[in-house]
Order: sequence, then structure tokens, then C-alpha cells
Amino acid sequence: MELHNEIKTFTPAAEAEVSIWFKAARVEDFPENGGACVKYKDMQIAVFNFTRRNEWYACQNLCPHKMQMVLSRGMIGSKDGEPKVACPFHKKTFSLKSGECLNAEECNIAVFPVKVEEGYVHIGFTR
Amino acid sequence: MKKRIIVVGNGMVGYKFCEKLRNRSTTVDIVVYGEEPRPAYDRVHLSSYFSGSTAEDLLMAPAEWYTDNNIVLHTGELVTEINRIDKTIRTHTGRSDKYDYLVLATGSSAFVPAIEGVERHGVFVYRTIEDLVQITEYAKKVKRGAVMGGGLLGLEAAKALLDLGLETHVVEFAPRLMPRQIDDAGSDILAGKLSQLGITIHTGKSTKKIEGNGKLEGLLFADDTKLDIEMLVISAGIRPRDELAKATLLNVHPRGGIVVDDYMRTTDESIFAIGEAAVHNNMVYGLVAPGYDMADIVARQVTGDSSKSFTGFDMSTKLKLIGVDVGSFGDPFCDATPHIPIVFKNKHKGTYKRINISEDGKYLLGGILIGDAGQYNILHQMVMNKMPLPENPETLIVGGGGKANDEAAGVKGLPDTAQICSCENITKGAIVEQVTSCGARTIDDLKKSTKACTGCGGCTPMVNDLLKITLESLGHTVKKTLCEHFNYTRQELYDIIKVKGIKSYDQLLNTHGAGDGCEVCKPAVASLLASIWNDVILKEDTIQDSNDRFLANIQRGGTYSVVPRIAGGEITPQKLSAIGRIAEKYNLYTKITGGQRIDMFGARVDQLPDIWEELIAEGFESGHAYGKSLRTIKSCVGSTWCRYGVQDSVSFAVFVEERYKGLRAPHKLKGAVSGCIRECAEAQSKDFGIIATEKGWNLYVCGNGGARPQHAKLLVADVDTDTCIKYIDRFLMFYIRTADPLTRTATWLNKMEGGLEYLYDVVVNDSLGIGEELERDMAALIANYHCEWKKVVEDPKLRAKFKHFINSEEEDATIQYVDMRGQKAPIDWNK
Repeated sequence: MELHNEIKTFTPAAEAEVSIWFKAARVEDFPENGGACVKYKDMQIAVFNFTRRNEWYACQNLCPHKMQMVLSRGMIGSKDGEPKVACPFHKKTFSLKSGECLNAEECNIAVFPVKVEEGYVHIGFTR
Repeated sequence: MKKRIIVVGNGMVGYKFCEKLRNRSTTVDIVVYGEEPRPAYDRVHLSSYFSGSTAEDLLMAPAEWYTDNNIVLHTGELVTEINRIDKTIRTHTGRSDKYDYLVLATGSSAFVPAIEGVERHGVFVYRTIEDLVQITEYAKKVKRGAVMGGGLLGLEAAKALLDLGLETHVVEFAPRLMPRQIDDAGSDILAGKLSQLGITIHTGKSTKKIEGNGKLEGLLFADDTKLDIEMLVISAGIRPRDELAKATLLNVHPRGGIVVDDYMRTTDESIFAIGEAAVHNNMVYGLVAPGYDMADIVARQVTGDSSKSFTGFDMSTKLKLIGVDVGSFGDPFCDATPHIPIVFKNKHKGTYKRINISEDGKYLLGGILIGDAGQYNILHQMVMNKMPLPENPETLIVGGGGKANDEAAGVKGLPDTAQICSCENITKGAIVEQVTSCGARTIDDLKKSTKACTGCGGCTPMVNDLLKITLESLGHTVKKTLCEHFNYTRQELYDIIKVKGIKSYDQLLNTHGAGDGCEVCKPAVASLLASIWNDVILKEDTIQDSNDRFLANIQRGGTYSVVPRIAGGEITPQKLSAIGRIAEKYNLYTKITGGQRIDMFGARVDQLPDIWEELIAEGFESGHAYGKSLRTIKSCVGSTWCRYGVQDSVSFAVFVEERYKGLRAPHKLKGAVSGCIRECAEAQSKDFGIIATEKGWNLYVCGNGGARPQHAKLLVADVDTDTCIKYIDRFLMFYIRTADPLTRTATWLNKMEGGLEYLYDVVVNDSLGIGEELERDMAALIANYHCEWKKVVEDPKLRAKFKHFINSEEEDATIQYVDMRGQKAPIDWNK
């Protein structure tokens, strides 16, 4: 099976445009204050559990800097309150709200809405 | 018409003259002729060449500096002739050049007494980098060496021989060491200290003959005693280089040196002489500070400023000789001045302090400090500024404790006119002004703007104190906080975690931080928690740095590498086969690492626990290659097999690696043990390196390979195994406690106030009184050691963290390999 390794595959979704809520995994499967990788169709999605804030975020797993499928293994945190993730390879950081790269000239990443229902984490996609 | 100034000699003083002149005038032509093959270098710190500085490091300024400042520098060109009528010079290559002013900064050469046999092979002087290179080369072939001359430079040379691993002797003609700086009682204490360090002192010895048959075999003294040695370094004083002046009929002193007036003018008013080549008022000044002062005066003269003249110079000195503080200030002897001496002596500790008080008890005239020169700066200032003495002047040298505080308080009491940096003649007022009005905030700022601390470096502690108290008076707190989430330094967090018993990142963030943390503070705190409690780091996997999160090094393509511990690089054939079998089974690329072990690359995250389960079953443990922690202790073969080895370096390396394995630190740590002076294990490039001697071990610290290589510095010599371990314990714990995050030991030391001297005081002299505490902390960490991979393999919950998808058992199909020389390699990532 071919998993797409192309950045254009990731179409960011605003919550209003969501047509599919994908039931990914149970809340307790995710690490606290950390991330894990979810497989959806042919895409890899990084999902982050901000336990401290009681918030969830999702973005593409691909770091656009060196095209590596690793963002889910990155450290999460905040910059002036904005939730972010740092790529484990070279510490490029991205806002998990806007997808914007915060410390370099890299292109933005796609972010996806997340909701938790009945103990399960759901990620919103447009297709 | 532009003035053309020719400088003969490119030593420290010649260089300083160019700098000062260029600062005063951007238009005059400056042409420099230097006899040595390289631009001016720092002769004061010549001995650091032995402890790892390179010729490059020692340069006063890089070659570009001269071009950038429009100064023409001819190196390797000796001026042989001056024509005073035509105002020209001629060099040994035949080049002729015209001057308006000529500055003779020809310096001095080593004085070599006319002793029979002085021409023998194995006799050296200690003066230039070339001399040092020759000494180093020759020392490789011999075991016993001596220095002739127990003065300041002679003792430096003795340290050099000691560093080169020789049995070292010092022969002095006078009845005491450093006869120009210290008295007999002081010399006794100093000699006692030096002999403890392995240097044998012979005072009152007049050498009659240097014996040998072709090469050097020994010294024969006037009292017919002998000393068997194989090499000799002569450091019996200096001889001003006045031959050029003499040939052109300038007035020279009968004992050597070009005679100058108060404006450094020779008998020809277009010709000046500065530095060690000059004689002012029957004195040759063999120190750099007065030389710089002379350079300043001539720079003024040739630009038409006669406001400053030379009126003699204070010859006070403070230095650390082979780890022993020696200070001599003001008039140390007061032979011709009525005075009241106060003397404090502690033979056991090896300290000697003498101060000379004026007869009326009002002023300090001078003194001598041996073994502990902590009060040097303030005492020196008291003499220079004629500051009133306290009621009980003996309190100045007895009653210790809180010496740093005392000194800071002392700096506060100085008048603004007090000279802080004697090399550059910078006053307290000038430094304070830089901080209050020009925005200087760090010692580096001050070095840049005032050049303080850049000469001999002796004023650094005072400048630091000044900076600190001035900043504080401005209401600044001097602090380096971790990041936006913690308003504390790493060292403060260390104490908070330890004292409050904090066991997790969240607990610390809740109680002492703000926000959600970041990729800076999370791994820093993770490292602190590991350094303090040595707990299972995967309890909090998401605060760990990239590699620590999966206990393996993340590589291109997102796979990981696996490195089991192979202590000291010693491995049995069975274990070697096991690695081969496992690597083959999981199709891993294998390579020998720089740290004498084997790295297996290309493991998927989900394969890691399986691979480690098999490795552990074969008796391996985690190698912590992924951690900011102890990596390897490299070793050479040592005395077990090697025909040169003097100690069993492999056994010691294995012992040391087993002792500190898994130790978490602000950055990675590497060590090595070499079995002899040949240093096959390259211990001097490590954070701590141990080199065997015939008597024990030499311990070197704070070396580094990497992007900016730095040789490790000798901390202690010839210590036994237990002492060596004790000092490493203290050294490592002190580093773990005080270094900033991601700071290697070399950088840590470079930034440390007081440098190696201070580190030595803390580790060896236990000046902070924390020695035992550091050892206890280390013992606790060692007792808490566990193999991190064993914990994972045995714990299904931890094991479950090792997979790529949370909602699928599939592998990451994006990982792709290519074939390279018969093994697999990841496909290149986009550039």
C-alpha cells in the first residue's frame, strides 16, 4: 500500500467544512501531553493531547522541512499561549492552531479539527 | 605629508604599539618587520601551548587584522641595518625601507650563561613557539628533565616539562625561588608545595658543567654534586635585543638594553625603543604591562602628544604556578624602607602571607602571598591607591572565609581612579561608566569596549565583581532564565527540584512555571530530573528530547539506531557474534562508532523493543547513545598487552564506564583512559581524560572534539586510582549542577568565572565545602542505575508506546531504503 508523502495531499479542514468525523482511537491510547500518529485512508495524521489545557489538536504528520513523517513524535508546548509542536529532527516549530511555522521560513502545515465523544478521539476531514 | 612609522619587532609590545597608534591616527603609514615566521602571539600564556592551545589560539590578532587596519606586516624578515642619516632600514633579504619614526620593539632573547657543555644536544631555551615545539618533540624521547632558573618563567617551563610527563627538576643559582618576587620564607613554602606536585627543587646550586657524550647526561654543580638528567631548559633571565641599536651607535646600557628617556626616546630623536629591549632608569621591564604603557607613550609621541611620560612601573604580579597561587605586590621586601612586617605562615596547608606596613601603621607598602592569593587584588589596590589600613591590619591576611564577598566589597571601596587592568591601564571609573552609560552588560561586552581582561587576565575577577555590583546598583538582576515558561536558571531549577523533591515536569510547571512548556524547557527539566533522581525516564516520555523519547537515535527517514554498551571498547567474541546475528535478523546496517562500539541503524520504532529483548538476553545493556548522558570511555590496550603501557588502561576504562553509565548531564559526556603518554585513547579530547603515568594517573578535564576542538586541561597529576575517581565524581556532579542546558564541559569551563583555577579550587581544594556532598550525590545516582531498555522490555505498558500508528499495527510504509556497499541505507531526504 502506498501512503502519500506529498504535502498537497493534506487539505486543511475548518470545523464548519467537516464532512467526515473519523473515529481514531480511545482517549487513553494517547500519551498525556504528547502526540501519536493516526492512519486515515492513505494519510498520516499527528494528534496531540494537551492534557494540561484539556485540548486536542491534529496536523499532518509530515514535517515540510525535510519531508519526514515524524511530527507526531515531536514535543508539544506553547509560545505566548499558542499551542505548538516541535519537529524531533531539527526543532522547527509549528502552531497547532494556524499551522504556521513559528521559527523558520518553512511552509505551513495542515491542521484538522478534533473532538472527543464517548471516550473516543475524532478527527474532522472534508473528504 | 603622511608620516611613515616603521616598527622593528612584532612581539606583544610591538603589536600593542600598532593597535594604539592606529587608534590615534588612521592616516599614518605603519610598517612592521617581524623576525618570527608568524604574527605577534601571546608569550605570557606560552605554557598553555602545552595544555592544548594552538599557535593560532595564541595569536594577538589574526593576520587579517593587519590588513584590515592598513598595517603592512613583513613576517620572517629580520632588520639588519639602520641608516640614521638617510632614515632607512635594510633587512636580511636586502629590502630597504624609509622611515620618519623608527620604533625598536626588538624584545629580548633568553640569557644563556656560558657554562661548559651548553651547546649539547638536549639543551633548550624557553622563549618562542619554535622553542616549545622542539622541547615537546625532544621530551617524547626522554624521562628526566631540568629547568635552569627558578624565576617566574623558569617555573612556567617546569610546569611544561611536568605536563610533558617528565620527572622534573628546577635548578636555581640564588638561595631561593623567584628571588625578585618573594623572600626566603615564602620560597620555602613554595618549594614545599612544588615538591608535593612532583617537582624537585635545587636552590643555591651553581652549575659548573653540562655533562654528556654528544647528548646531555647530567649537570655538575660547583659543590661537585651531580644531577642526572636527559634534557635541560634554560630560563636564567633575559637579554635585551640591542645589537641593532648598538651597530647604529645608539646609546646602550653596559648590561644590555637600549637606553631611553621618559618619552622612550633613544639618543636619536626619531628612534624609540619599547618593551624588553629598552632600559629606562637602569631598569629593564620584563613584564608585558609596562611594555604596553611604553607603547602608549610612543604612540602619543609620534602623533604629537607629549602629555604622558614613563615614570617607572609597578612590578606586582599574581600568578598560578602549577596550581599554586603566588602573589607579590608593592615593595615585597622593603629592604631599604622602615616598615613593620606582619607574617602568617601555615606550613601544613602550604600558605605564606606577608604584608609590610608603614612605620606609622597607616599604609600598606607591599607584600607576598603564597598558596592563597585570594586577597591579592584588594591588597595590591590598597598599596597603589594608598588606601588607609583597617585598625587591625592583620585581618587583611588572616581569618579567611567569604573571600569572594570580601573582594567584591573591596572593589566597592576603591576610588574611581584605581587602576583595575594594568595591561591596558583601565580604571575602575572607566569600567563603571561602560556599564552605567554605554550599556555593557556582560564581561564580553567589557572586553570588547575596554579591552580589560584581554592581556594577562589577572583582573578578570575584579572586573566581574565590578560588573556585578554596578549592574546591581542599576537595579538589574543578572540572570539567565531557561525560556518563557520558567523564570529560573537551570541551576536554580536544579536546587528547586532537589530541595522540594519534585519528581515530574508537570509538578514543576504547575508550581514554578507558566504555559505549556516547550522544546527547550522540557528536555532541560527531563535532564535535571534524571540527573537528580535517576528515575525511569519513560515515565514521562513526552518531555524527553527526540532521541530519549524512544531510547534510540532518530535517523534520516524516521528509523532509529541501536547502540549497546561495550564498556572500554572491550567485547568477547560471543557478544560480537550476537550483535552480528541480531543485526542480520532485523536487517540492520552496522558500523563501528568513534567511541569504540557498534551502532546498528535502520530499526523501525516498533522493532526496537524486540531487538533490545534479544540484546539483553545476550547480556548487553543500553549504551545511552541517545541521551545527554555518559557515552563511552575509550581506552587503549594498556599495559596488559602493550609493550609501552605503564598502567592497565582497559580495566580502568571499564571500571569508569561501569561507574558512570547512564549518568544524565546537561550534555553528553565522553571519557577516555590512555595507558601511557603516547595517548592512543585521545583522552585529551574528552570531557574527562585519564592518562597513565608511572606513579598513577593524570586527570584532564573539559576537552572537546566536535566543531570547536579544545584540548582538555590537566587538573591533577600522578594521583592514585581512588583520588582520581573522587575528583571525577566531584567534577561531574559540579558540572551537572551548574552548567547551562546543552553546554559541554569545555564551554562550561570557558564561561566559568575564574576558569580552571576556580574549578581546581572547587574540586581539589574543596573551596566551596561541597566536596563530600558532590560525592554523596554521585554515589546515590550510581546506586540508582538501571538499564532503561531492560525496564521497557519487561513492561508491556512501556513496550506498547513503541509503534508508529496508534490505530493500526501497520508499519510506516513511507520508509524507503537503497542499497549501499552491500548494506541498506535510507533514501536521501530533500535538501
